[in-house]
Amino acid sequence: MRKVNQKGWLFVLPVLLLVAFNALVPMMTVVNYSVQETFGNNQFFWHGLGWFEQILRSERFHAALGRQFLFTAMILAIEVLLGVIIALSMPRKGFWVPFCLVTMALPMLIPWNVVGAMWNIFTLPDIGLLGYVMNHTLGIPYNMTQDPLAAWITVIVMDVWHWTSLVVLLCYAGLVSIPDAYYQAAKIDGASNWSVFRFIQLPKMKQVLTIAVLLRFMDSFNIYTEPFVLTGGGPGNSTTLLSIDLVKIALGQFDLGPAAAMSLIYFAITLFVSWLFYTLMTRHDVK
Amino acid sequence: MALELRAITKRVEQVTHIKETSLLLEPGRFNVLLGETGAGKTSLIKLMAGLDRVATGQILMDGRDVTGMSPQKRNISLVHQFFVNYPHMTVFDNIASPLRVAGMAKSEIQGRVEAAADVLQLRPMLHRRPHELSGGQQQRTALARAIAKESTAVFLDEPLANLDYKLREELREQLPELFAGRGAVVVYATSEPAEALMLGGRTALMQDGRVTQFGPTAEIYRRPNTLVSARVFSDPPINSAPVTKSGDRVELGHGVGWQLTGPAAALRDGTYTVAIRPNYISPVRSEAAFVPMTGTVQITELSGSESTAHFRLGAETWVSLAPGVHRYHVGEDHEFFMDPAHCFYFAPDGALVA
Repeated sequence: MRKVNQKGWLFVLPVLLLVAFNALVPMMTVVNYSVQETFGNNQFFWHGLGWFEQILRSERFHAALGRQFLFTAMILAIEVLLGVIIALSMPRKGFWVPFCLVTMALPMLIPWNVVGAMWNIFTLPDIGLLGYVMNHTLGIPYNMTQDPLAAWITVIVMDVWHWTSLVVLLCYAGLVSIPDAYYQAAKIDGASNWSVFRFIQLPKMKQVLTIAVLLRFMDSFNIYTEPFVLTGGGPGNSTTLLSIDLVKIALGQFDLGPAAAMSLIYFAITLFVSWLFYTLMTRHDVK
Repeated sequence: MALELRAITKRVEQVTHIKETSLLLEPGRFNVLLGETGAGKTSLIKLMAGLDRVATGQILMDGRDVTGMSPQKRNISLVHQFFVNYPHMTVFDNIASPLRVAGMAKSEIQGRVEAAADVLQLRPMLHRRPHELSGGQQQRTALARAIAKESTAVFLDEPLANLDYKLREELREQLPELFAGRGAVVVYATSEPAEALMLGGRTALMQDGRVTQFGPTAEIYRRPNTLVSARVFSDPPINSAPVTKSGDRVELGHGVGWQLTGPAAALRDGTYTVAIRPNYISPVRSEAAFVPMTGTVQITELSGSESTAHFRLGAETWVSLAPGVHRYHVGEDHEFFMDPAHCFYFAPDGALVA
């Protein structure tokens, strides 16, 4: 007979408490709000799934969700492609390696709201470097506070500038872990550059790319600070992404019920898409 | 087909990695490169394979100058110490990959891959991927690729170093017959003297980026041309100590000395370095001619049926390796006997004189 040692629970308890307080309890609060209606005075009335239905039918939500998917799809496509290309062209040994690594890491070290503020000033048509050069030197009308297309381009370029480095560094880590012997084998076989990429470098980068895509998906899908500081969701609602809209509903209009329901839907979508990515990208892996 | 190195050197940023080296490697027998880690074996292989460029000198294959030629055009194969196979390809595709790059017809590829797989007993694994194979099978896949390619030169860079003992023995036995009759120049780099002896063929001893001696393996073992060569080709390390010769006697000091016979007796009087392999120093005096030497036992090892003892005599530490189980007591004096017939004598410049 095996003796069951109950001491194990003691070891798990601290983590359990921690997780309960930073994840479970806040989340249950949100669940609580999402099924009730309140008119202040701390009075709550049961509202069932009404808020969920309202959010799911709301055109405003559909529009924000559409913008969110468009944004995420675009930055993922650009950042992954660009990240792989930059990682491939970075030197793998020698004097320039630390220089390249530090340069790459710099944008990531800047706080998010500073990035937004920086780009906001950068693009001002009268005093911003980019804004001034575009409008006055090159003669291309560019004002992202008035033109939705310009706002979109700016938001995307800003995110690419801020986060491509993450993909680069992850891919680079994958690349440098390939032993020289593989490149030698390819050289002896006379494999083309494309074959080397396709059959040696890409398989080695696949795992880090999975992580990069997941991280970039979750981060960009939940992005708030940078576009909020840069455009505030404007002009009009053209760059109002999901999180910006959510904050507007929750804190601007103080509609706690709908905001809670929206949060949960938002969370479910993020979770589902992350799972989808992960499953698709690892389905060929053999244990 | 022969592979010839004519006075090649290799420098990286002013540092000489390979000093002027000339070698003529022939097919049919194993050419072993024997040297410690860092002796330049891998550097030399990379030069021969065309993965690195020589600083000076020429490389000829079959009399044709290939010095500036790419590895692909040289038609060579390289098997590494660790297992290099394309991870996402099956064993079949791995073996076939150089043939496909060369644009060979499908039916011929099939035939060659299967023939190579049969030789290396990989037939049942052809549709597996490398990570589903054991280390030995992965290395056999790399060997099969070299065989299927029918390269003119095959470089094996410590191919057995990462395999466990049993597999290593097994594969080492197979290796010579695997390449016999294929007409390829086979170069085998190893850091283990015992491996060179087992593979036979010819051996090039390497030390500090230089080939110190090259010739039939057994001959080199019997007559190392310098003290350095003797040290490279001895495991456990060869014993060496300064001696003084006068008349027909040599003196080691500490009361150890012996009568010289043969060519050594004809040497001019003076100081020499004597070297003797550990297996010629025994705790048993099986012949009267053996020279007694008493030293303080420092380390003892018993490996199966052989006893090793490290003992101190004057400033030198000596090693004895004797068959059978012998009892030594660490810290106590013990009498050993050296067979003077197997001594090498080196001049002060390191050259073998007797």
